Amino acid sequence: MHWQGDFPRAIDGVHHGALAVGMGRSYGDVCLLNQGTLLQTTSMDRLLDFDPATGLLTAEAGVTLAQILDFAVPRGYFLPVSPGTKYVTLGGAIANDIHGKNHHVAGTFGCHVTQFELVRSDGTRLHCSPMENPDFFASTIGGMGLTGVLTWAQLRLKPIVSRLIDYQGIQFHGIDEFLDLTRQAQHIEYTVSWVDVNSTGKNFCRGIFMQGDHSQLPAPLERSAKPKLALPFEFPGFALNGFTVSAFNALFFNKQMKKRVSALQDYEPFFYPLDKVLHWNRMYGKRGLLQFQYAIPWEYAREGTVAILQEVAKSGLASFLAVLKAFGDVPSPGLMSFPTPGITLALDFPIKPEKSFALFDRLAEMTREFGGRLYPAKDARMTAPQFRSFYPQWERFARYKDPALTSSFWERVVGNPVGDPYGDVFAATGGVR
Amino acid sequence: LSVDNQSTASPESPLPLRFGGPGERVPRRILVLGATSGIAQACCRLWADRGDGLFLVARNSDRLNAVAADARTRGASYVGTAVADLEDTAAHPELLAHSINSLGGLDVALFAHGVLGDQSEAEHSFAAAGAILHNNLYSVVSLLTWLANYCAQRHSGTLAVLSSVAGDRGRKSNYVYGASKAGLTAFVDGLRNRIDREGVRVMTIKPGPVKTAMTQGMKGSGKFADVDAVAATIVKAIDGKKGRNGMISGPDVVYVPAIWRVIMGVIQIIPDRMFKKMNL
Repeated sequence: MHWQGDFPRAIDGVHHGALAVGMGRSYGDVCLLNQGTLLQTTSMDRLLDFDPATGLLTAEAGVTLAQILDFAVPRGYFLPVSPGTKYVTLGGAIANDIHGKNHHVAGTFGCHVTQFELVRSDGTRLHCSPMENPDFFASTIGGMGLTGVLTWAQLRLKPIVSRLIDYQGIQFHGIDEFLDLTRQAQHIEYTVSWVDVNSTGKNFCRGIFMQGDHSQLPAPLERSAKPKLALPFEFPGFALNGFTVSAFNALFFNKQMKKRVSALQDYEPFFYPLDKVLHWNRMYGKRGLLQFQYAIPWEYAREGTVAILQEVAKSGLASFLAVLKAFGDVPSPGLMSFPTPGITLALDFPIKPEKSFALFDRLAEMTREFGGRLYPAKDARMTAPQFRSFYPQWERFARYKDPALTSSFWERVVGNPVGDPYGDVFAATGGVR
Repeated sequence: LSVDNQSTASPESPLPLRFGGPGERVPRRILVLGATSGIAQACCRLWADRGDGLFLVARNSDRLNAVAADARTRGASYVGTAVADLEDTAAHPELLAHSINSLGGLDVALFAHGVLGDQSEAEHSFAAAGAILHNNLYSVVSLLTWLANYCAQRHSGTLAVLSSVAGDRGRKSNYVYGASKAGLTAFVDGLRNRIDREGVRVMTIKPGPVKTAMTQGMKGSGKFADVDAVAATIVKAIDGKKGRNGMISGPDVVYVPAIWRVIMGVIQIIPDRMFKKMNL
């Protein structure tokens, strides 16, 4: 698709459903559709309006966050919420209601979206905001692209005076030190922790707590340079093994020799360390990687996190760049939004079907037992019963789903399996026209 | 022809009188024909980013409005638009006069409209072949005839015409499109020969296959050139360099990406007795 008017004409004569996708950076299958038709939105990337007084930016849904930053930073504005990569589209950020290091103060990406246009497969164009078509507004934020096609959206950017982040890295040992640091950092805008998930014994749950605020000292606001490094080929499957990953984790921990370091750091390495190397995922070889991310509410957050970290360490499976963070209580406008007040942990594993899948399935069950949930944008293994218990509001959501759109994820967790008690939900609703 | 007078950034005045302080960049006044084409859009972004003034012409008003909004948001000092079907050559004089008046003069005109057409249909239908020639050649000849004389009288301006590597030699996969571009290349060559001495730059731009809406779904389109990189080369070539005499000079013929100069050089020297048996 190249133009706002291309949908629904783009799906004329299409069988097996369709799905709009942007950069396709979701780790799981929310951005895939087996046998169906994918509608690529990345050439719908025009900026439509910007008010330098308020920071309100209106843009087509296929624009990437990298393009928004290139435009906004020289004008003294920044993304209200930054995920771990800037190579995702505005539409994808809304559809997955992504979060960032400032979730505890700013909430999700959807909290900063003021309005958008949603086009349904019957040709209806819905202008959505908290006031207008509020149901579609809520179901589209975090709606995994299933409620219709986003043509444009308006986002409230936030002012900055410098590219620099006032950064501090603090070593911690154990979950309680992590929780103390989290409490102390409540008023710091960005917090996130890297945690070593391979070590046991006295090094169990050691990590580095990283916190930062936008520097308040005015400094030149230039556009970022284009990345120069790229991994030219896929690493062989054995490159990442228990030994290399443990070595990496030990190095990462010990790279910071002191208990606490402070520095002024550019926002690029602070927010998007992996974007510096294009195609970094090739490090995981042809089979690639799977992500696992849960959120467990405060009630069982500590207990659940310790149990899951122990399970991971016990499995001996390699994971690096494990990320631990406390979610705050700013509510998302999204009906299906993932974050919930508590602790979230994101892990990545090279795919080794026999071992990693069994571990994933154990971790998913543990998450459910601790009252938590998994993140659809990073999932490829969640079962239908798990999805329904993580997101009990899914039936309400299904009423706003567009009948022509679906994804491999949706087919997997809802679909219409034979004999399924929920199987006739679509027959009952027939979609909303 | 419908002309949209409401869509200007500063409706009361077109581009301001051209005073530039020392070292200050004077915005260029750029006319873009076929502004919703992939390559034109990417060029417009670069021009808008640095504050040039643009007058955009295209057939579809919704698409044109989106491109114009993008240029305005990115900082173009002026954006005017006109919805026009450029196949309608009778409307050209009025359209060009209005465009130039809106811009308050003309520094650059980019000719970016055109169709790829359906080769297999054109092999069997003269109507289809004729439509490709009309769109890619006739309409540009009409526009260029008017604009060349306008520029020659004033001894200024750059006319940048998007032709194609497909015009360098006819091949069975797209010789009708190729013929329209070969004709255009010859016309532009001759025009340059005529009015370069009048102080008008006439440029032939020959893109290889580029990833745009025009080539979407074509075999191998995943490996086509990136449109932003192609646009950066084109914009830089149009900028040219200011010589000692104050005249802007630059390349006459631009292949983008540059490797296509070599590739087409090879394709052109293959003898016909071999070429006619090849599948290109």
